[in-house]
Amino acid sequence: MILEAKENPQSLLYLNGVTKTFDGFKAINNLSLDIAPGELRAIIGPNGAGKSTMMDIITGKTRPDEGEVKYKDVVDLTRFDEADIANMGIGRKFQKPTVVESLSVRDNLDLSLAGNRGIWQSLFFKLTGQQQQRIDEVIGIVGLTEKSGDLAANLSHGQKQWLEIGMLIIQDPEVLLVDEPAGGMTDTETMETAELLKTISKQHSVIVVEHDMDFVRALDCHVTVLHEGSVLAEGNLETVSTNPKVIEVYLGR
Amino acid sequence: MMLMNNKSVLMSLLMNDKIGSKLIGFIILASIIIALLNLFAPEGSALHVPTYIVSLLGKYLCFALLALALDLVWGYCGILSLGHGAFFALGGYAMGMYLMRQIGDRGVYGNPDLPDFMVFLDWAEMPWYWQGFDSLSFALLMVVLAPGLLSFLFGWLAFRSRVTGVYLSIITQAMTYALLQAFYMNEFGFGGNNGLTDFKDIAGFSLLADGTAVGLFLISALSLVLAYIACRFITESKFGKVLIAIRDAESRTRFMGYRVEHYKLVVFVFSAVLAGIAGALFVPQVGIINPGEFSPIKSIEIVIWVALGGRGTLYGAVIGAFIVSYGKTFFTGAFPEIWLFMLGGLFVLTTMYLPNGVVGLFGRIKANKGEAS
Ligand SMILES: Nc1ncnc2c1ncn2[C@@H]1O[C@H](COP(=O)(O)OP(=O)(O)O)[C@@H](O)[C@H]1O
Ligand SMILES: [Mg+2]
Repeated sequence: MILEAKENPQSLLYLNGVTKTFDGFKAINNLSLDIAPGELRAIIGPNGAGKSTMMDIITGKTRPDEGEVKYKDVVDLTRFDEADIANMGIGRKFQKPTVVESLSVRDNLDLSLAGNRGIWQSLFFKLTGQQQQRIDEVIGIVGLTEKSGDLAANLSHGQKQWLEIGMLIIQDPEVLLVDEPAGGMTDTETMETAELLKTISKQHSVIVVEHDMDFVRALDCHVTVLHEGSVLAEGNLETVSTNPKVIEVYLGR
Repeated sequence: MMLMNNKSVLMSLLMNDKIGSKLIGFIILASIIIALLNLFAPEGSALHVPTYIVSLLGKYLCFALLALALDLVWGYCGILSLGHGAFFALGGYAMGMYLMRQIGDRGVYGNPDLPDFMVFLDWAEMPWYWQGFDSLSFALLMVVLAPGLLSFLFGWLAFRSRVTGVYLSIITQAMTYALLQAFYMNEFGFGGNNGLTDFKDIAGFSLLADGTAVGLFLISALSLVLAYIACRFITESKFGKVLIAIRDAESRTRFMGYRVEHYKLVVFVFSAVLAGIAGALFVPQVGIINPGEFSPIKSIEIVIWVALGGRGTLYGAVIGAFIVSYGKTFFTGAFPEIWLFMLGGLFVLTTMYLPNGVVGLFGRIKANKGEAS
């Protein structure tokens, strides 16, 4: 019904000339971006550059004023809402870690588990042994085995970030949009998170927004610099970080 | 096989809800004892429970059912409806219309075809929307359909346009207020200011008979118990977890791929239907339904029951409804002028000092004792 997409698309996500204005302020300004299937992409840029707004636009939370947003070459994402887009295989982690606080770690993963989202099914749903196993496995991957029965509210900030990443993994989307995953983490945790995302990117496409340069370096991937709602520079971290325009934006003021 | 299966589902639900199972057990046992003491203990003996007490307790059971309905949407899904009284009243009116038709020619005007208030208004015939109400099964269908359809329409519009939080509360309040104004009007055709009253019998049983009062009381208790189990089934299912996810993190739930507006709509309509059933059971036990049931303060009272009992627990709502309703009966008898102030004060104290209500307080005391020993 939704997916008229091709089997082997050229680009997974394609943004062209996207603009979004909030009260006369252009948060996104003629933004163009092309993510290939299977790619790991880092997006950096100063606060207010429009990174989160870009993710809002891709995931259906915000409608752009202008421009194309295409998934797998043909699906026009601006015509769908969050639930549709999530079910097409685009998963998202928020900048502020967002988990269901009054449910346990395990229940959070149970809810996110790939599968039918229908009302009737949810009333009579029973986890299969295989699904139980998958949940345990993901709890292990994000290092929350000891906390699996705890309420998500009782996790530390960093643990919530991981839980949310775990929820993304178990949702099994084709592409993960990950907004500042290392926020509130210690240096070790930050590096572990980078490793985790690299592992995930072997099987999924991943777009990561992050400020932490060590983190981006550890990802070792193509980098896009966003500034005032458009792309300022693109390339590997070395090229980008020696670009005079980038240096000016980051250090000039 | 099917039965075994159902039985084990029920058992596991009750096992996971210790307080709820005790409460259900208590309600069943107490209702049976009260019924027996009314029917078989001789009048005048200390053990006899007078019929008016039976009906009063029956009314509390209806309120408990109403509180349960609100807790399901508010406590679990974060939808603070300040208009649940409207669904209760609609169920009540549907039942009231049936009871009016049962009066037949025994009204003050002795008109076999028209209810008294229509004769008084000089109406020549019954309006079309009164057709069918001489049948109990039709009326019962309307008890479900009237609140069901209104909540469906309202919820469909509100949830689709993503009206949430205080804005949603305000429009639910506006909804019940609009209905209040409509039902006050004589031309609206539901008895205006006076509402519907002077009922004689239900399903052929006289409403004055002790047996009828006891029957209605027992049906109310049974409805409460069944509704409780249904609500618990919902909250224990994955559907219930989705509701909690919507309450705690609505947009996260959308990004997981759940159609939040559909989930809200389904639980809202289910809750409204429960409220309608509560209203339908309430009317024959108190003998009247009038537009006052639509007044905003009534809907706010339901919120107070749930908040005071303990929101998001189901049993807390039931307990809160009993406590506050009993308080109201007692204080409106003893000091009628201060009841509203007390109610307001209770609400303020609860929100300030008992965020988890009375059941939360019990839980805390128990935990403290556990630590001490
Ligand atoms: N819903 C909104 N309403 C008004 N302004 C917004 C909204 N969302 C984002 N903005 C503004 O758009 C700009 C870009 O924000 P954002 O995308 O969050 O930046 P980043 O994630 O790169 O730090 C900021 O100036 C922010 O204030
Ligand atoms: Mg941001």
